[in-house]
Parts: sequence; structure tokens; C-alpha cells
Amino acid sequence: MLSSVILIPAVLNGLMTGAVYALIALGLTLIYGVLHIINFAHGALLTAAMFAAFFAHQWLGLDPYIAAIGLTPIFFGLGYGLQRFIIGPAAHGEDRNILLVTLGLAVVIENALLYAFRADTRTINLPYAFNVIEVGSAFLAVPRVIAFVVVIAVAIALWLIMRWTDTGKAIRAVAKEKLGAELSGIDVAHIYAVTFGLGTACLAIAACLLLPTYYVNPTAGNAFVLIAFTIVVLGGMGSVTGALIGGLFVGVVESMSGLYLGESLGQIGIFVMFILVLLFRPSGLLGERT
Amino acid sequence: MKGVAPILATVTLLATVPLITSSNVVLNFLVMALLIALVGQGWNLLGGYGGQYSFGHAAFFGTGAYVTAVLQMQYGVNAWMGFVIGIAAGAVVGALTGAVSFRSGLKGSYFALITLAFAEVLRIIASVTPITGAGVGTLIKLDLRPEAFQFQSRVPFYWIILAMVGISMILMRLIEDSRFGAYLVAVRENEDAARALGVDATRVKLGAMTISAAIAAAGGCFYAQYFLFIDAGIAYGPWISIEALLAPIIGGIGTVFGPLLGALVVKTLGELAKLMTGGAPGLDLVIYGGVLIVVVAFAPRGIAGIVSDMRRRFYRTPPPGENGRG
Repeated sequence: MLSSVILIPAVLNGLMTGAVYALIALGLTLIYGVLHIINFAHGALLTAAMFAAFFAHQWLGLDPYIAAIGLTPIFFGLGYGLQRFIIGPAAHGEDRNILLVTLGLAVVIENALLYAFRADTRTINLPYAFNVIEVGSAFLAVPRVIAFVVVIAVAIALWLIMRWTDTGKAIRAVAKEKLGAELSGIDVAHIYAVTFGLGTACLAIAACLLLPTYYVNPTAGNAFVLIAFTIVVLGGMGSVTGALIGGLFVGVVESMSGLYLGESLGQIGIFVMFILVLLFRPSGLLGERT
Repeated sequence: MKGVAPILATVTLLATVPLITSSNVVLNFLVMALLIALVGQGWNLLGGYGGQYSFGHAAFFGTGAYVTAVLQMQYGVNAWMGFVIGIAAGAVVGALTGAVSFRSGLKGSYFALITLAFAEVLRIIASVTPITGAGVGTLIKLDLRPEAFQFQSRVPFYWIILAMVGISMILMRLIEDSRFGAYLVAVRENEDAARALGVDATRVKLGAMTISAAIAAAGGCFYAQYFLFIDAGIAYGPWISIEALLAPIIGGIGTVFGPLLGALVVKTLGELAKLMTGGAPGLDLVIYGGVLIVVVAFAPRGIAGIVSDMRRRFYRTPPPGENGRG
């Protein structure tokens, strides 16, 4: 067995990675919980956000953490528009159609990025990217610690929005009982679009948190989204707490299996876990059985 | 048999193309379109008639391709034999993944997700396993003899894939008229009601998935013989899963001619995009995605639906549901 000197840093690093996973999953699960659709364009939108953060640094010289302040509202608007003007009208309210429309969007976004920027992998250099801080016996990379803190703050902010604002209450009402909400005067199409916007805004933040230590290419987002799917299924579709706990859990599992099995098998591990959870507990480990 | 004549007429007409032109560009284009039509036929049985949208038909296509290639190169099996075993292997993968998915009650988005996941697992496995050539891929040795399923010219390949598409269309026509086909449509329209009337929905879906996978695998086997090279990204990559569903949806979902029509349209659009951009990657797929959204939004029954609407208007019979308004 490995000693705690190796184990504790692995767990801590897993938690840090898991936080960003959780944020991506949070966007996905929010959209699922309210619109009851799986957004297959989530990965492509994350890639788009990563490119946006990359070029904000390249052209405007903005630090990704600063760029997040601008990109979050932009991506909120983008998500709002996509749902309001494309996904909603095109799907005619049929689940099968929504599947196809979000898949179509994913194909369009991913390949538009490929066409515009080619398949090149890009990274940015930041002076602090390799700084570490010491916590006990563990050395943690500064960008990861920042990511962890930001994700927790975003989760709390989201919780406050959902709990205390009128929009948040309307979102929860639509999620619970769409027809009832509509009858009491809530504009469902608007709430759907707001939710989709919030989910997409989470991606903009996640992209800015990832960029200091990660690379970007036209398929960069996909790796994360498959993990996010796993987390969302694991935590229970539509459950915000489930996404947070699931994200941290998967981060730790990945870090541990990387330690014991090596990198390439770790990737399969996530898929196998995903398939098993889908087969045996499609309502999630925390969700109730259907 | 009712409805078989138009299929035979279309196939015969297409079969004369090599007599008119010997252009490799034209033939290559048609071979690729027919290949997509074939895999699309497979998707259409499960997705169009059965209402189960798979996002991972690459799992079956790739299995067919790899089994054909690996049997020939590693075990010296004859290519035609490999072709048949490849199709059977695809059917087995379809039956197994279908059994676990349907028995767990997965449908809708969950079914789409798990098919996607199966295809990805196979892609990762194929890209690390030595027997599939891992990351390098598998080359089939050049051996230009009909016994080895390799030909000097593209014409025999063209006729073979055309025959396969023709057979799959006749098969769909027969299924449409069969009890199994009626059950399948009943499951698509309302699974609970179908169950209540005594239809074993799980078995019907499983049957559809097995045949669907076998057809997609046949496409994979053909791909391997035609290009003599496959790797994990080609065999199990998302491109084929997307084109497999694009063709029937654009052409007309749940119709016999839909996949063929859609494949021809999709491939034409793709070629136009390549011409316009000089082969830069990405733009053809941007157009595919855009067309997919537009078709879902404005023509949910695809080209076949538009054609039948126009025909109805021509004969001045009101479309169903609009009685008395015409």
C-alpha cells in the first residue's frame, strides 16, 4: 500500500481537478433538471469558451481569470440565444428532436472551430502556471487551487440565485411543474433560455479555469464532457448537489486510478463506470429509483 | 411484391452509371454515398422504424471493419469469409449492447448516451490493443484478385455496394409488411400501449438492433476492403455515427428510400463544400450539422416527406389532419 505521503497529495489533487469537472457537470445537470434534455452541444460550447479565453489572452492580453468576468455574461447570452432562437423553435417540443438539434449544434460549433483554427493544439504561457503552494506534505499547483475556490464560490452563487431570486424561483417552478408554472404566468420559453444560459455561463468560467494549465484544440471540450456525463448520471440527472459531489468523487477516482493503473487505462475506467451506472442506477447513486 | 418494383428500378438505373462514365471521381463519390446509405439503412431500422436513436452506430461499423481486416491479416482468413464473419460479429455486438441497454430500460437520451459510450469504449480499446494495430491502424495487404475481394477498377466495388444497398432496401420493404415491422412501429409510437397489447417490446427492439447492427457492420466490412486501411478513429470514430443518422433523417426517417436519398444529398453537399474551400477540413461537417437542424426544424419527415406533400398537393387530396380546410 502507498503511504499517506503519496496518497494525500493524490486525493487533494483529485479534488482540485474534480472541482472543474463539477462545474462543467453543474451546467449540464442544470439544463437537464429544468429542460429535461441532454445537451449534446455541451462539449462543443466548452471548446468554444476555451478558444474565446485563449484569444482573449492572445489578442487582448487578458489573463484568463480576468477574461472570465467578460466571457461569463457573453456565454450566458450565447446560451440564452441558442435555446430561445434555435433549439426551442427547431425541436417543436419533441425530445427526439432536441437530441438531434443539440447534436447538430455540436457538429456545427466543433467543425466551425476546426475550419477557422485548424486542428492545432494551442497553449498559453502564464508566469504563475507552475507555481505551487505547500499544504502539509502536498504541493498543489496555484491554478488548481484558484479553480477549486472559484468553483465553490460559483456553486454557492448559483445556489443563492436558485434559492432567493425571483428568476431562481421561476426556474425551480418550471423544473417541478411546467404546465402549472405556465398557468401562473411564468414565461416558460424565457426560463428555459435563462437556464440554458446559466449552464453555458458555467462553461465559460470552467474554460477560463482550465486554460492556464490545459491546452485547447477543436475537440478539447469533448474529453471533459464525457466525464461530465458520467458525473451527472452518477450524481442523479438534474441534481446540483449530486453534480458537485459526483465531480469531486470522479476527480479523486481519476487521480487514484492514474496512480495505480496509469493514464490510458484511467480513461477507460471512467467510461466503464459510466456504462455501469447507466445500466444499474440510471437515476444516479444519490437519486431515487424510478 | 408490392413496393419492390421501384427499388429494383432505382437500383437498375444506378447500376448503369459505370456504363456511362468511367470517371473515378464520380464512382468514388457514388461508392461513398452508397456506403453511407447502407449504414443509414441500418440506423433507420432501429431509429426510424423503432424510434430508438443511436448515437453510436460506429460500434457496429467499426467491429465489422476490424474483424474483416484482422481476420485476413492475422489469421489468413479469406476476405469473403472475413466479410461474412465481420457482419456476424457486428450483429453479436448489436445484440449484446442492445440486450444490456434495453433490459435496463434505457430509452430516449439515455439510449443515445449509452450507444455513444459503447462506441467510445471500443474506440479506446482499439487504439491501444496490439491486435488491431493500436494507434497505427491495420493495413490490408494489396492482393488484386476477386477471390481476395479486391479489384483492379472501382466498378465491381460500386456494383457490390449498390447490390448491398438494394438488398437492404428490399429487406426494409419486407419488414414494413411483416408482423415484426408492425410491432416495431407500434413500439415507436407508444411503447406502453404496445406492451399492453401483448407486444414483447424488449425483444422487438433487440431484434431491430441486431439487424441494424449487422447492416452497419456490412458497411464497415466494405469500407475495410475498399480502402484497405482502418484505424480506431476511422472505424469507431463519431463521423460514421453522425452520417449514419444524418442520411435517413435528411432523406426521410422511417422510409425505405430515405437513407439513399439523404446519403446522396449529404455527400453532394459535402463535395460542394470541399470544392468551395479547396478541401479545408471542417466546413462539410458544419454544413451537415446545419442541414440537420434545418431539416428537424422545417421538414421533420425529410425529403421523402416534402415529395409526398407535393404529390398530395398535385393530386389535390388534403393531407391528413387538415380535412375540410383545403
